[in-house]
Amino acid sequence: MAGQQHDSSFSNPVIQWIDTRLPIFTMMQKEYAIFPTPKNFNYFWNFGALAMVILGIMIATGVLLAMNYQPNTLLAFDSIQHIMRDVNYGWLIRYLHQNGASMFFIVTYIHMFRGLYYGSYKYPRELLWMLGVVILLVMMATAFMGYVLPWGQMSYWGATVITNLFSAFPGVGPPIVTWLWGGFSVDNPTLNRFFSLHYLLPFVLVAVIFLHVAALHIVGSNNPLGIDVKSPQDTVPFHPYYTAKDSVGICVFLLVYAAFVFFMPNALGDPNNFIPANPLQTPADIVPEWYFLPYYAILRSIPNKLAGVCLMFGSLLILFVLPWLDTSRVRSARFRPVYRQLIWVWVAAVIGLGVCGAHKPEGIWVVLSRVCTLYYFLHFLVILPVLGKLEHPLPLPDSISRPVIGGGGGPLPGGATAKPMEKA
Amino acid sequence: MRALRSIFAALLLGGLAAAPTLAQEAPTPPQQQWSWEGPFGTFDLAAAQRGFQVYSEVCSACHSMKQLHYRDLAGIGLSLQEITAIAAAVTVPQGVDDQGQPKEGPATPGSQFRSPFPNEQAARAAENGALPPDLSVIVNGREGHADYIYAILTGFAAPPPTFTMQGGMNYNEYFPGHQIAMPQPLHDGQVAYTDGTPNTVAQMSHDVVTFMAWAANPELVERKQIGWRVVLFLVVMTGLTYAVKRKVWADVDH
Amino acid sequence: MADSAATLGHGHAGEVTKRDFLKLVTGAAAAIGGAAFAWTLIDSMNPSKDVLALSAVELDITPIPEGSGITVVWQGKPIFVRHRTPTEIKQAEDVQLSQLIDPQADSARVKPNHAQWIVLIGICTHLGCVPLGNKPSDPRGDWGGWFCPCHGSQYDTSGRVRHGPAPANLALPPYAFDTDAKIKIG
Repeated sequence: MAGQQHDSSFSNPVIQWIDTRLPIFTMMQKEYAIFPTPKNFNYFWNFGALAMVILGIMIATGVLLAMNYQPNTLLAFDSIQHIMRDVNYGWLIRYLHQNGASMFFIVTYIHMFRGLYYGSYKYPRELLWMLGVVILLVMMATAFMGYVLPWGQMSYWGATVITNLFSAFPGVGPPIVTWLWGGFSVDNPTLNRFFSLHYLLPFVLVAVIFLHVAALHIVGSNNPLGIDVKSPQDTVPFHPYYTAKDSVGICVFLLVYAAFVFFMPNALGDPNNFIPANPLQTPADIVPEWYFLPYYAILRSIPNKLAGVCLMFGSLLILFVLPWLDTSRVRSARFRPVYRQLIWVWVAAVIGLGVCGAHKPEGIWVVLSRVCTLYYFLHFLVILPVLGKLEHPLPLPDSISRPVIGGGGGPLPGGATAKPMEKA
Repeated sequence: MRALRSIFAALLLGGLAAAPTLAQEAPTPPQQQWSWEGPFGTFDLAAAQRGFQVYSEVCSACHSMKQLHYRDLAGIGLSLQEITAIAAAVTVPQGVDDQGQPKEGPATPGSQFRSPFPNEQAARAAENGALPPDLSVIVNGREGHADYIYAILTGFAAPPPTFTMQGGMNYNEYFPGHQIAMPQPLHDGQVAYTDGTPNTVAQMSHDVVTFMAWAANPELVERKQIGWRVVLFLVVMTGLTYAVKRKVWADVDH
Repeated sequence: MADSAATLGHGHAGEVTKRDFLKLVTGAAAAIGGAAFAWTLIDSMNPSKDVLALSAVELDITPIPEGSGITVVWQGKPIFVRHRTPTEIKQAEDVQLSQLIDPQADSARVKPNHAQWIVLIGICTHLGCVPLGNKPSDPRGDWGGWFCPCHGSQYDTSGRVRHGPAPANLALPPYAFDTDAKIKIG
């Protein structure tokens, strides 16, 4: 007897034929067309979609670069020059990929900030948040390895410094470093395996992002008010409302991206990476790309090597337990008058760390990086747990639709029922 | 007030503690005007061609430009005939002969620029242990970019009386540490320009830096031209998508 | 997408509303932009400038003695350049076309006033081996041209197939005489 076929409702016979056997069209319609989405998103909610767009661009440009790149220490630097000079539009593909990495991190950091500000990590979205942290870690690994591939001075020395970190762990550290290197220093085996993994990890990323979106679709999106969706009047179907809105954001994003790619493609990079890697000569300043600067500053703020490594990794791992550190019952910072000030202080500390990371660890920069590191951890370990208990949140609106009707914002007297939304 | 004074003192001390490293630096190179700067920049091809002449007659004695091929010179406005003639006048390695011995011959447009030395060791042996860097991407590879390279070329001077020079080094205003292994490469009247441009050190330096900037970023003009079209397109698209968004959302209270 | 359950807010059926026109223009512009971008990615896979630069090979033919030939590489393929003796030229010209497996006159296979030079792609038209016959000491087959050791095909002094299993004459690459002493292939 034939198995069950999926019950499909498309009129196009080809789509119908496919869908009854593998309901991808039904799935797309459910998850990206009719999916009820809170209607009060602001443009901060655009950034997840932007991240997906830039990931697609990175994979496309990356695959094309890989057709011409040579992962061998003798050939790598020259192969990049070959791409830039001889491959048709090679310069464009390379600059898109190079600047795309920065754009990916800008977009992701803003996306995370939205989560922090509006409490998107709180119940029931804890796992969604944790998957996001996993995405960040995979992104960081991918970006780190990708930066090594051009085999410039900063590629080589950045790889040396960061892989050497693992030697801080007592006993197991040095064997782990040798294992990572495939030798006794960063050299050809290291470059070759970094290339292999750099090609692999983005597809791991796609898988984790699939889980991230799946998790989101089970619990539904948060919104700027931080209150739950109470009725269909609070939502609109994702298509066309958010496909339309996201396309605006995508155009603005591409404008910023284009400004970098076409007019200042090396502004975010380091001139030292135009010098071929030389194991016998260290550059005056070893500096990672801007998106790693805060962690770099934390690492160097502590004179003890192991402590610095632990704090640096700790600054990321602490994000996993954020949902349990923040004791506030209110999600959105809009209704948390103290938190909404303090989060900006935390942002200032992170930016401060970034600035410190770009300077030599001397004088004022050491002091500043220690202060900012202290505040960073203070925010998560002390302020968030305590604030949740002590803060007096503002009264929450009754529902998402409620703040719009009557122009008010406060709750109605008890017992009143919600009026159906009237067409304007 | 007392606390404020302590903070100020700490900052000052911290700043001073950073001061010794400043002594290793050199002054910031003065800003120059370059034809390729800005969103509408292009390369001054006449300057780039003169710069190529300076490179060929002076710099190429010690500095390679391995990333360039003679055919690339079409990018500074040379014709295929001129390029073929330039290449044919240069002798480059051409693999091995039938006996297995390395052989040389005239270059073709497809040949890589001739390198003065076959490898790093030969270069160091000829240059007192110093390695003249490859110039293909040096404009991108130094802080200060073209301004810095120009400052180095024009920045040779006698050392101040209190400055101790190490043997074999040359004093330069803008090189970090002020001691550079390269002796002053350009002198007035050194390269005979055929287009009547005065061949002062400043002019030759300007021209050769223009050439090197082109060599490092040959795609620059095309990149900026495409860039304008893309930006214009995206501005229009932003307007269009925003209009669509407003229309789509018109019937929703939000 | 036509019958998806999501309301698309179209105007009444048959009417193109202002909103539809705007969406059409926006969609079309986006598609054009996307196509232009996609083209740059696809074009990047076309031969790069260094590959194109090697698409022509120049050759000085003065060192090739009469009766002998050399092999050069052009676009990854072997090219035979043979300096024919007057006997070889006469043999090639005197052949009756009806006797040929793949009829073609010798004059169509050489450049005017340069009948002593025959330039061929040295790939057997049977299954792609490289025939022997450039050096006078090589086996040249019964017609004095080239002999393919793989399956026994034989070519005459004009590179025409005279004995199978090859079905066609040795192919001619594009070439021209820059001077009497130099040819440019490609």
